[in-house]
Amino acid sequence: MAKIVAGVGCSHVPAIGAALDMGKTQDDYWKPLFDGFARSREVLAALKPDIVIEVYNDHGTAFSLQYIPTFCMGVAAEFKPADEGWGPRPVPVVKGDPEFAWHLVESLIINDFDMTIVNEMEVDHGLTVPLSLMFGQVKEWPCPVIPLCVNVVTYPPPSGKRCFALGRAIRKAVQDYDKDLRVVVFGTGGMSHQIHGERCGLINSAWDKQFLDRLTSDPVGLAAVPHKDYVREAGAEGIEMVMWHVMRGALDDNAEEVYRFYHVPASNTAVGNIILKNPDA
Amino acid sequence: MSKSDDYSDIPGTYLFDKTACAKGYNLNNFCMSLMKDENRKAFLADEPTYLDKYQLTEAQRKAVLERNWIGMIHEGGNIYYVSKLGATSGYSFEAMAASMAGTTRENYRAMMISGGRSIEGNRSKTEQAAGARKKGDL
Repeated sequence: MAKIVAGVGCSHVPAIGAALDMGKTQDDYWKPLFDGFARSREVLAALKPDIVIEVYNDHGTAFSLQYIPTFCMGVAAEFKPADEGWGPRPVPVVKGDPEFAWHLVESLIINDFDMTIVNEMEVDHGLTVPLSLMFGQVKEWPCPVIPLCVNVVTYPPPSGKRCFALGRAIRKAVQDYDKDLRVVVFGTGGMSHQIHGERCGLINSAWDKQFLDRLTSDPVGLAAVPHKDYVREAGAEGIEMVMWHVMRGALDDNAEEVYRFYHVPASNTAVGNIILKNPDA
Repeated sequence: MSKSDDYSDIPGTYLFDKTACAKGYNLNNFCMSLMKDENRKAFLADEPTYLDKYQLTEAQRKAVLERNWIGMIHEGGNIYYVSKLGATSGYSFEAMAASMAGTTRENYRAMMISGGRSIEGNRSKTEQAAGARKKGDL
């Protein structure tokens, strides 16, 4: 039987991808960030993931404004890195797992989560930067990745509560899958940042810290925080953090924090990384 | 869930909601077209002619031609779409952000390295105005 062993929260700044791809990880500006993630990779590797469900958002890449799915899941065998305006990132093609992904969408839809099913989709930095940070610069990603894309660009995004409930439904779907798989769920994006408007550059480290703390001390209360609080306190683009609630909802109530890293800045953004482990992992 | 009107007291922030989505639809579609290399080349070779295909408003067209990033946001541009024009024109997110904040890239970068723009005094227009008044008193 498949089981969820851990959850990962991870930011996804495009400049991090560019720094990796252009060999700048040891520059003074970037070194502290990449040093923090070196430990993240060890912690994740020790959890031996067989497959990742990565909750992320598209940044006007695979989806234009023509279609704006709130929640969608990629069921393809592979997902190519997209050209976001500066050429595709030189990272491996993301391999999916159609059988597992179809099991997930069937289970989710039958259990009242009306997922959009995606057979073809390119993936942008929102998906590939967390993979680079958590798995390093590799020739092939070490395991298949199921993309779960959430609209957090056009208002309204789904609520934190709804995201948490989706995590709960994913947990049930995983438990019902009859192959032995160790599943890790990534919630990506954030932390505090605002990259548009006169208020851009906003960072709120205190808010970010309480967010990381409450993922273990008060996850249900945290998921009830309204959108407006994110926009006001964590910057307009800080709303991406609602995606972390899908990850948290997929874990057991008593999941424990095993690693945390926080760094300001990467370009315009506060970067957070947390690894939460289920008790029976 | 709060409706988007409730966000109006947050300063320097333009929620990409039903109003902005409709207002910026053609502008953002133009930016989206720059995902393709052949379109980037065609645009850079003759910007006015390329823009003719997208039925932009005069204000949108002017903002694009002038690379006026905050102007594009005011006219319904969404930063993730607008950033494709940034990438096409050699502007990083950081460079666009500095421009939107009305400062130089060096000053913006220095602000970010020292921890970013503080939340204190920037939560609401009311708070910002109170801060400005206090400064004026000193």
